[in-house]
Amino acid sequence: APAPPPLARRASGNSRKAQEISQGSDSNQRVPTSGLDLVPLKQVSVEVLDHLEHLALVDFRDAEGVERLQKAIQFADQLHEVNTDGVEPMDSVLEDRCLYLREDDVTEGNCTKELLENAREKVEEYFVAPPGNGLLIKIS
Amino acid sequence: DGAGRGAGGASSAPGQSRLGAALAPWIPVVGLEIHAQISSNSKLFSGSQVQFAAPPNSLVSFFDASLPGTLPVLNRRCVEAAVMTGLALNCSINKKSLFDRKHYFYADLPAGYQITQQRVPIAVNGSLSYSLCIDNKMSQMVTKTVRIKQIQLEQDSGKSLHDDTRSQTLVDLNRAGVGLMEVVMEPDMCCGEEAAAAVRELQLILQTLGSSQAVMAEGQLRVDANVSVHHPGEPYGVRTEVKNINSIRFLAKAVDYEIQRQIEELENGGTILNETRAFDSKLGCTVPMRDKEGKQDYRFMPEPNLPPLILYDAKSLPANMNHQQVINIDWIHERLPDLPSVKREKLVEQYGILPEHSFTLLNEDGLAEFFESVVKQTQMKPKKVIGWILNDLLSYLKQHSLTVKESPVSSSLLADLLNLLEKKEISSTAAKRVLAELWKGEGKTPLEIVKEQKLELLQDQKELEQICQAVIDGQENEVMAIKTGNRKVLNKLIGLVQRKTQGRSNPVLVKQLLEKKLSE
Repeated sequence: APAPPPLARRASGNSRKAQEISQGSDSNQRVPTSGLDLVPLKQVSVEVLDHLEHLALVDFRDAEGVERLQKAIQFADQLHEVNTDGVEPMDSVLEDRCLYLREDDVTEGNCTKELLENAREKVEEYFVAPPGNGLLIKIS
Repeated sequence: DGAGRGAGGASSAPGQSRLGAALAPWIPVVGLEIHAQISSNSKLFSGSQVQFAAPPNSLVSFFDASLPGTLPVLNRRCVEAAVMTGLALNCSINKKSLFDRKHYFYADLPAGYQITQQRVPIAVNGSLSYSLCIDNKMSQMVTKTVRIKQIQLEQDSGKSLHDDTRSQTLVDLNRAGVGLMEVVMEPDMCCGEEAAAAVRELQLILQTLGSSQAVMAEGQLRVDANVSVHHPGEPYGVRTEVKNINSIRFLAKAVDYEIQRQIEELENGGTILNETRAFDSKLGCTVPMRDKEGKQDYRFMPEPNLPPLILYDAKSLPANMNHQQVINIDWIHERLPDLPSVKREKLVEQYGILPEHSFTLLNEDGLAEFFESVVKQTQMKPKKVIGWILNDLLSYLKQHSLTVKESPVSSSLLADLLNLLEKKEISSTAAKRVLAELWKGEGKTPLEIVKEQKLELLQDQKELEQICQAVIDGQENEVMAIKTGNRKVLNKLIGLVQRKTQGRSNPVLVKQLLEKKLSE
């Protein structure tokens, strides 16, 4: 089997910041104390914030919310530091399993009352939702 | 070319500039996304029942309601339906296909995502052939082909009822999770008529396969049209998506309207927005849709709870697997029924009818079977029978909005009638009168009606000769006219004989007798 690729990318790749940190010495030798050292903290633009709020229906517009978002992005960006050349992406740990096929029989349903117990509001036997596409949920 | 298409009475054909030929011609481009509900007992990933019009939220399992801790389990029947459809549309079936999540928020999508096949669908690269009448003449049909980009399995969403007065939405999840086949047709069509014909043929194919009942009125077949226009030689224009099309007729109207709208907008110096528009059937126009502003970002990701779907064929069949877990594409291929195009060819070949007749026969549910049943029970040649089926039977059914199944005249009754005609016991005029009586559905046989109304053809030659002579004797002027060369007047004499015999004379025989007498 071929030797696995080195875990960390060489500094000449995406991470300019990593090069700055390594202070010009032999970057192959330096082991970062935290992956976060390899990735910059990027600013998120207003357009991107609008888009994200619209997609996620979450309002995080205060400064603390935005900073938390930026830190989360930085944390995730560490993934880019891993060398994945020649490695097939994995969908899930189940991807080698057999997909089970069910027979076309009616075995479920008829539990309207139980389901509606979860509804905050109902009209006859319908769930009630706000009009349009839902509302923004404020995070406190 | 876009001009000169039979758009059936529209003031300008789709693709034609309203401002006349002085400006550059427009090429309309139409693609379709069709969602067909799979005909199955239970849903795509759960065991709740699939049924139209049941009490709200009665056909919903915990998985369909997206309660935590539930998982999708794939329904074998839905996979088979998709494979059948892919094969019928000449697609390559992907032996390995994948499931993905498509995320968006809507009240009738409880999970916040739809399970679909975005990366690798179950079938790709097929084609569908359909026919069009040129200039609305049935006798001139042309065959067209549209490429099928792919077919994918996906979940249907629930239904939202918008209550604007109380500012709320009522949600019924009965439809949530029902299996759909999305058929994507490449933009190979150029007008409403082509789109409608392609969808009609797809509908017939699905119904023949049984993979979907494809009744648009019940939402089992939903069509979205992608429309754009451009000048020849230039790149494709910005396209709009048109939704809320509820019938094949409205599909043609919606597409043609949108083509015209885009042309007018561009010719007036405007631009086309890449937007989704709804077809308003009352006004006959398309309007921008609410809730669809801004580009959607569906954040596709692999469905982590479902491994890849593996299909087999005769060569790759695994030896040790449980049969119930194996889907064999070749086995399904061998058992495909005759598709509409094959059925039409067989009808033409077997019965000697015209191709356009075969189209009408297949276009009406049950009509081809009715025709074949009549042919079996009568000595009349199929070429003559077809006239009675398409002209008399079908027009009556249409007038009274009846299906073939609801016809008060059964195939055996019609066959009896045609037999009387074939044996020359009645004239064809009399036959039409008998048919009119049969429509009343009073249970009388054709023979009974003939006797009741005294419609039998006079068999007594002598009596007929006497009547002919009487008519000749009474019409001196007409006889003179005929003898001096005006043959058309003979028809008047035939008519008079018919009247005297109350329609009970064979016009061909009457003509012969009159001519014989007049030449004496």
